[in-house]
Amino acid sequence: MSELLWFFGVAACVKLLLIPSYHSTDFEVHRHWLALTHSLPLSKWYSDETSPWTLDYPPFFAYFERVLSIFANLIDTQIVHLQEGLNYSSDTVVLFQRITVILSDLCLLYGVYRLTKDLDSRRRISIWVLIIWSPMLVIVDHMHFQYNGFLLGLLLMSLSYLEEGRDLMGGFVFAVLLCFKHLFAVAAPVYFVYLLRHYCWGGFVRGFRRLSVLGAVVVAVFAAAYAPFVYHGQIQQVLHRMFPFGRGLCHAYWAPNFWTFYIILDKGLAFFLKKLGFAIQIPAASFTGGLVGDSSPFAILPQITPLTTFTMVLLALSPCLIKAWRDPRPGMITRWVAYAYTCGFLFGWHVHEKASLHFVIPLATVAVQNLDNARHYFLLSIVSCYSLFPLLFEAQEYPIKVLLLLLHSIIMWLAFSAQFTKEETAPIKKKVDQLEKRSSNATAKRGEGFVIGGVEKSYLVGLLAVEIWGQLLHPLLFGDKLSFVPLMLISIYSGLGIMYSWIWQLRWIIRSPNI
Amino acid sequence: MEKKRGRKVMEDKEEVAHKGIAASFLCIAVFAFLVRVAVSLHPYSGAGNPPKYGDFEAQRHWMEITLNLPPKEWYSNSTSNDLSYWGLDYPPLTAYQSYVHGLLLRFFHPEAVSLFASRGHESYLGKLLMRWTVLSSDALVFFPAVLYFIAVYYAGHSNGRKTDIAWHIAIMLLNPCLVLIDHGHFQYNCISLGLTVAAVAAVLSEKELLACFLFCLGLNHKQMTAYFAPAFFSHLLGKCLRRQNPLLEVSKLGLVVLGTFALVWWPYLHSMEAFLRVLARLAPFERGIFEDYVANFWCTTSVLIKWKKMFATESLKLFSLGATISSCLPSMVQQIWAPSSQGFLYGLLNSAFSFYMFSFQVHEKSILLPLLPATLLALEEPFLLKWITLNALFSMFPLLCRDKLVLPYIALSALFILICHHVPDRRQDRKETRSFNSFMTTFLVFCSVVLHGVYLTMDPPSRYPFLFEAVIMLLCFSQFMFLAFYSNAKQWMLLKHTILMDKEKKLL
Repeated sequence: MSELLWFFGVAACVKLLLIPSYHSTDFEVHRHWLALTHSLPLSKWYSDETSPWTLDYPPFFAYFERVLSIFANLIDTQIVHLQEGLNYSSDTVVLFQRITVILSDLCLLYGVYRLTKDLDSRRRISIWVLIIWSPMLVIVDHMHFQYNGFLLGLLLMSLSYLEEGRDLMGGFVFAVLLCFKHLFAVAAPVYFVYLLRHYCWGGFVRGFRRLSVLGAVVVAVFAAAYAPFVYHGQIQQVLHRMFPFGRGLCHAYWAPNFWTFYIILDKGLAFFLKKLGFAIQIPAASFTGGLVGDSSPFAILPQITPLTTFTMVLLALSPCLIKAWRDPRPGMITRWVAYAYTCGFLFGWHVHEKASLHFVIPLATVAVQNLDNARHYFLLSIVSCYSLFPLLFEAQEYPIKVLLLLLHSIIMWLAFSAQFTKEETAPIKKKVDQLEKRSSNATAKRGEGFVIGGVEKSYLVGLLAVEIWGQLLHPLLFGDKLSFVPLMLISIYSGLGIMYSWIWQLRWIIRSPNI
Repeated sequence: MEKKRGRKVMEDKEEVAHKGIAASFLCIAVFAFLVRVAVSLHPYSGAGNPPKYGDFEAQRHWMEITLNLPPKEWYSNSTSNDLSYWGLDYPPLTAYQSYVHGLLLRFFHPEAVSLFASRGHESYLGKLLMRWTVLSSDALVFFPAVLYFIAVYYAGHSNGRKTDIAWHIAIMLLNPCLVLIDHGHFQYNCISLGLTVAAVAAVLSEKELLACFLFCLGLNHKQMTAYFAPAFFSHLLGKCLRRQNPLLEVSKLGLVVLGTFALVWWPYLHSMEAFLRVLARLAPFERGIFEDYVANFWCTTSVLIKWKKMFATESLKLFSLGATISSCLPSMVQQIWAPSSQGFLYGLLNSAFSFYMFSFQVHEKSILLPLLPATLLALEEPFLLKWITLNALFSMFPLLCRDKLVLPYIALSALFILICHHVPDRRQDRKETRSFNSFMTTFLVFCSVVLHGVYLTMDPPSRYPFLFEAVIMLLCFSQFMFLAFYSNAKQWMLLKHTILMDKEKKLL
């Protein structure tokens, strides 16, 4: 534990140093929520419209903000003032909010501790490095400003309980997590099937008793969260705020997912058909604007509704659900949950690029299991971290994000090399082997050690090219014109990597033998 | 056959060790650079504080001057160069460096360096570009110098453990004082100190001429590098005296020194007057024997003896010269008598300490100079390193408070303590004194933590507005004195050790 605290301490020092860095409007969002929960009675939390940043997280998060606001009030009363606090950005409020994020990461620390306490030291350190020093968390939480570390800590805790076989606790923590942030609900089908089969199955009486215990626990958690709002007759309003389907299919900056390719395909088709002489009406609504009205934004391809995305997520999930039903194994649960979040990320409605954290962080524990997984994770974590780059667009933070990613890649490389040169390497897929042989690398020929294949290598080099294009060549060649192209390129290129990761995970899940 | 295989194994091992050093250096260097960039987000000295601003404005002003005026006018007072407003008072190499950086600034942001109009210039881009000039200097000078030193220092001991080496690299690259002063407060110490480290590495690898060249460059970047001059001089002299033809060796070194100086001072060598004018700028005796509250001998004793009032500057100059020379004499004698690599490193520490304690016009930041050899000796003297770093940090606390750098101060101190926590402690012979030691250190650490808190939260009594600074200074001074005595004693003990070794060899 003290070693783990050392890793945490080093990370905390860097996070402290990053306090004056750029923060997005999410900072003001959370500041406003502090003021909102502090100065209004509970019945008005979800109906207040003083600021455009209305409360749209589930009640537990609102309670969390309420607790923080007590301390905020002690430090500086202006932070929690509903009107005077608007866009308040003095040093005290920045310091206070940043430090709450750093401290709330203790939850992540505990989650990692629980998840790794039975592993051997080399694997354990690898996981710590991958999660505690994750550049994605630093970028999203400590610069852009959010509380993901804390929420992911809850997820890891839940997974650790499930892996230990303490299903009830796992389900309980997951229910709590859902009441903090409902975006985590994508994995709920996996949890449902797994808990039903692993915890409740076996004998009618025993099964029924366990099912009712589990149900009672979940209902109790949800009651604790939502009952006060039901009592005040606010539940409709709460749900309305939490599920704003009025937003478009894609966020202002396209998350690197399936829909990016869909839009590009549509634009490309429209362009070519128009050249060929067809009368195509190109809709006025722009995807880069973020908000899309009722009219279909697509010229050729059918419109996508929330229901379509929902069905696609479920469809993509189904192989995993079938596996979980047939053979509910605790050792596979992390992989399944991560896969569920990957599906949600790829096919979901209005997905943020930050949501890639939901599967990259849990997959770190899978990565250390064998060489093949490590190779996949190496690629995935670099790509998904890179896809977060547009979050920090100011010149001051540019070296920081680049260095964070570089440091992460180097450490990851060193950790995996150290781990896999000493161990017996797992059987490597033939295809990868051939690729390595072709590159006639001395270490690759031996077939051991951490080496990535040629395709992966060239993909990562391509990433560098995309970055150089966006930062250097595009402004030189086009100036300010077509300024959306570099961002689009990042989305598309990282989208390829994430699609690859999705297929890789899916194949691994399907191929895993039933016992 | 056996031998061949053995050699092969050795080579393999060496290769692995080298690969290990390179990998860990790369990793730590990227992390250290990240820390530097993060520190550079914080305010610089004198930010938003007209009319004089601070060191940041000084450096920017030098860029403005060197960029817009011919070299001959850089050091002379004129209508276009008002020396009373941050006049250039560092040697010519600093001026050239300012010129190069000025070019960079002019390319991206011409307003930041335009003559007259840019005074007190402060902008987002201006700050960023200035910060990047320090960052790039650090990456181009200090980092390679550290790599060079580590490669040379551990080339001899093939049994050096990988974690030891990594730890040593981390200590050198993440020295909190240097990072805070260069990337927080804003200075270019990384260049002169980097050149010094490279010179030390060159001495250790027996490349004396290169060492002289590098050290002279360092000296010409910041005159404070002269704190190390006695150690370099005595060690190189001692070495030369042991060679076949001492006079030739010494004159070779002398020629290199003179040549380097001539090269750097070229624009000012055409007349005696120009030369003296620059020299006068470099030695600002009118600024008094000490500044602010520096934890050295003159400042601390001035609580009791009012040096500045009792004596004229002329006699104070003599006093300080005498005290400095006599205090670094023992260490010099040791090195001339028996030059050794280890003794040289201690000598660097001792001469820097004596300059810090007794020389003229010392300020808080000068503690960086004794700190540097302490980091070079980190693996031999982990306790010394820890203690001197913590005290040096503390002695600069009032300065950093004024610069609004308390947050990075806390973060970097914590980081340093965390790294020290992993100290590879290989000594067993200190057990007897440990209980006493640990009691004293705990007590002193407790005192300094309390003082930090008091300094931050309480107002001093109106009769003694600088009471807290004085207390901090006293505490740090006592520790520095103790450490200086200790390291002098250590250097002389090396001699005893070598004599014993020699005797044993003879007996065998």
